[in-house]
Amino acid sequence: MAEVENKETPKTITFSAHPSSYRHWRLEFDGAICTAYMDVDPDHPLKEGYDLKMNSYDLGVDIELADMVRRLRFEHPEVKTLIVASGHAQVFCAGANIGMLGLSTHAWKVNFCKFTNETRCELEDVAEQTGLKTICAVTGPCAGGGYELALACDEIWLIDDGNSAVSLPETPLLGVLPGTGGLTRLVDKRKVRRDRADVFCTVAEGVKGKRAVQWRLVDHIVARSKFWEELNAHAQQRASEVPDRGVERGIEWLPVEPTLEGNTVRYSTLRVEYHPEDRTANLTIEVPSAATCPKDAAAMQAEGCEFWPLRMARELEHAILDLRINHSLTGLTLVRTEGKLDDILAWDQALLDARGHWFADQVIHLMNHVLQRVERTSCSFFALIEEGSCFGGSLLDLALVADRVYMLDADGVEIARNEFNDGLLPMTTGITRTECRLLGEEELAKSLVGNYERLDAIAADDAGLVTESMDDIDFEDTVRIQVEERGSLSPDSLTGMEANLRFAGPETMKSKIFGRLSAWQNWIFIRPNATGPQGALTLYGKPERPQFEWSRV
Amino acid sequence: MKNNVDLSAKIPNNVGLADDRRLCRALEHWLPLYMEWWNDMGPAGFQANDIYLRTAVSVEAGGWANFEYVKMPDYRWGIFLSPLENDRTIGFGDHFGKPKWQDIPGEYRGNLRRIIVTQADTEPASVEQQRLLGAIAPSLYDMRNLFQVNVEEGRHLWAMVYLLFRYFGRDGRDEAEELLSRRSGDEDKPRILNAFNQPCDHWLSFFSFTHFTDRDGKYQLASLAESGFDPMARTCDFMLTEEAHHLFVGETGLDRIIRRSAELTMETDGDPRSAGGIDLDLIQRSINYWFTYSLDLFGSEISSNASNFFAEGLKGRFKEEQRYEDHVMKDGVKVLSLVKENKVTHEEIPYRNAMNEVLREEYMNDCERALRKWNRTLEQVGMDVRLKLPSRRFHRHQGLYSDYDFDPEGNLITREEYEKNHHSWLLNAEDNEYLSSIMHQVVEPGKMANWIAAPSRGINGQPLEFEYVRL
Repeated sequence: MAEVENKETPKTITFSAHPSSYRHWRLEFDGAICTAYMDVDPDHPLKEGYDLKMNSYDLGVDIELADMVRRLRFEHPEVKTLIVASGHAQVFCAGANIGMLGLSTHAWKVNFCKFTNETRCELEDVAEQTGLKTICAVTGPCAGGGYELALACDEIWLIDDGNSAVSLPETPLLGVLPGTGGLTRLVDKRKVRRDRADVFCTVAEGVKGKRAVQWRLVDHIVARSKFWEELNAHAQQRASEVPDRGVERGIEWLPVEPTLEGNTVRYSTLRVEYHPEDRTANLTIEVPSAATCPKDAAAMQAEGCEFWPLRMARELEHAILDLRINHSLTGLTLVRTEGKLDDILAWDQALLDARGHWFADQVIHLMNHVLQRVERTSCSFFALIEEGSCFGGSLLDLALVADRVYMLDADGVEIARNEFNDGLLPMTTGITRTECRLLGEEELAKSLVGNYERLDAIAADDAGLVTESMDDIDFEDTVRIQVEERGSLSPDSLTGMEANLRFAGPETMKSKIFGRLSAWQNWIFIRPNATGPQGALTLYGKPERPQFEWSRV
Repeated sequence: MKNNVDLSAKIPNNVGLADDRRLCRALEHWLPLYMEWWNDMGPAGFQANDIYLRTAVSVEAGGWANFEYVKMPDYRWGIFLSPLENDRTIGFGDHFGKPKWQDIPGEYRGNLRRIIVTQADTEPASVEQQRLLGAIAPSLYDMRNLFQVNVEEGRHLWAMVYLLFRYFGRDGRDEAEELLSRRSGDEDKPRILNAFNQPCDHWLSFFSFTHFTDRDGKYQLASLAESGFDPMARTCDFMLTEEAHHLFVGETGLDRIIRRSAELTMETDGDPRSAGGIDLDLIQRSINYWFTYSLDLFGSEISSNASNFFAEGLKGRFKEEQRYEDHVMKDGVKVLSLVKENKVTHEEIPYRNAMNEVLREEYMNDCERALRKWNRTLEQVGMDVRLKLPSRRFHRHQGLYSDYDFDPEGNLITREEYEKNHHSWLLNAEDNEYLSSIMHQVVEPGKMANWIAAPSRGINGQPLEFEYVRL
């Protein structure tokens, strides 16, 4: 039997970055226009063993991109057009680094792809949620993940020099998929005809010039001598179409800095205790008194990163990324809250009242983004609603993200819905988490909309919002047994099971990317035709040619 | 519409053009575009003059070298493949020993197209680079050689376009049109390879180009002549017979300049410019410039494409059968010098991935041979100075060394040192200005410009005084 890999990634990956120390990106601000140059430093990969040549990328490059996208949201509300460009003289981007993929464990590949997917989706989200126009300036060959980044922009401009082409060579060259949204965005977003997409995805050198426009692979082609002049004019034009948000500067974006105490990672708004002995974690969010809540949007913005809902969302996101990458042995996270229901509802209400102000809106969007991220995490989540819990409104949606919700039937243990649960925090699939739970109980779902009464365990059970309500005699033991049982099940099976059950209901482009494309990619990643000793990914760049097992599975 | 027989008579060929509907249809469309390109971008002036040219009319022993006076637009650009030999097998790679392909294997279509288009693009490019040189030719003999090279580069374009038309369907026709729409040195539509976008505006560059850059062509064609795709192998094999003349023009041209420079240096006590000659330092700079641009043409030192082309049986090594024993090379390694932490170190690379370097080294050895010859010329004239090839690491724009700066000896240096010295190492603007100032058209039969020695013999047994171009 093959050796079972039970080691965690030895080097801890931090997800923080700052433009002043970017190694791979360069930002230039010119009024309402920001140009982001990808200029990957080949000598500074995140891990050892490969060089980031030809603007190829690894997780380290994408962490900076994610940071940049986030800063556009909060630090630079004045930016109306983003140009994504290459700082490399010869290429736009050669895609994910193949050497890195070849050296990575399966788990690393999966997490890498998930993170890059989430970054590309957030770029699209930011554009949609702020009105930002995003234009990709493709100068030089743009392959694989490079084109997938381009696909995440609103518009793609391609230099028409007879050499620059867009391509998705994963299938012909590597025996894998353009799995960072490539296939899905091609047909679902850009609506490239599926037979043309089929041709495009099997031609390693890609498509350039007129045909790239005809096939809708890019929006414009421009000769080299006029490229930047026309693109810059267009970027200005686009910026002028975006309504002014009446804000010149955003907030200062400060790093999230947890502290480590033994097995506990402590943040200012929450803590995560890891229990390696039974592979569980306790994630507890601490809700402070709402008395300290700023009174209006301007005061919220003045608090910046210190504003509690923003701080909490960011710290929760950090904790989830840390869980994924640095604590992959953890199979079950128990989610708790500590505080008063009144307080979380008051924090929520303050944000609801401030809607329409750019800062409040972006905080709400970020909360949504983080909840979706929790939902896409390969770990079981049980929410525990006990004495001293405060699962109300926005935090109730965190409970509804969980695979199961156990609620103690006791005096004073209550939950409450509010407007956050009625559409402000949609799932990747576009529906609310209440709707997703109650697909078979449409009447019940409708009756809950706008019903913001406090619900005790019995009422919550009746409303279909909890898995089980139990009195104190049963609660502790039942939870313990469920936790132990969960810990005995196959982690792969659970990952697959959860990913399928969490997203009941309709599909969107994004849910297809995460649910379908990623799943196929992850399957292909462990198939011998990709990663076996004779597989195409294994042998790429090596003197041997791949040998396929021809049976269709 | 022309009928097929007309087309076939106009275009000498041994590919059954008259019976090939697909080929005829494609050529009918392309031929006018080609002539338009030739008139726009071919040699400036001289299109109406009679020129003593060699035309290939068949692949038989006497057929490929028919000499007669021709006006260039009337040159009969033909399509020739070396004769088919039955039972030819693939000589290298993973398909070693299997029969050669007479049609394109579908899985290699993309790679073959890329190889052919890249090679094809160089042919019209050099014609474009050289289009103004007739006006400053140092003799009728040289002028004729220039035009001979030009029309044959044109024919080589035809040879490659034939492969695109015959084997690549619509994609091939599109690529063939693109070949006529790119322009050497054009900002918007440059030629694919960098050396073919460099200006070549005087005869020292012309001879350096035909010596160093066309010599890359020789090695590329020779390695493609090994290909398992037989029509390409035979096409390239025949092109090599013509390419030899281009190399002769370059090698002897430089030799004649070197001889004359040495003579003038001796006569003037070390100041050949005072007699309108070219100093040897300048010649060395031209060698450094064109040799290194030509080295780039072989591609990256470590290349998965090169490995694939070899493994797939598409592109072999130079004289694969005669010079190598192991034709599969699955396990071998090659030691390359790399830059690690600001030092030049050595590392073993899988041999197949180093195929570009293997071919580059064959080329460098050939260039060394020419250098020895030129240095013998210097010795004969009585000069102590010797010319040399710079290091393969110097002045590179492609591959492992392009991210660093080296001196001509191959020592790693700083950007500042490079900036400070590159004027004395590489052909520079003042050089080009000086060379342009001394180069004037010489049209009296048998007479040579003062900066170049006469060749040892004429073309096709004709005397030097022969009227190679009727003006």
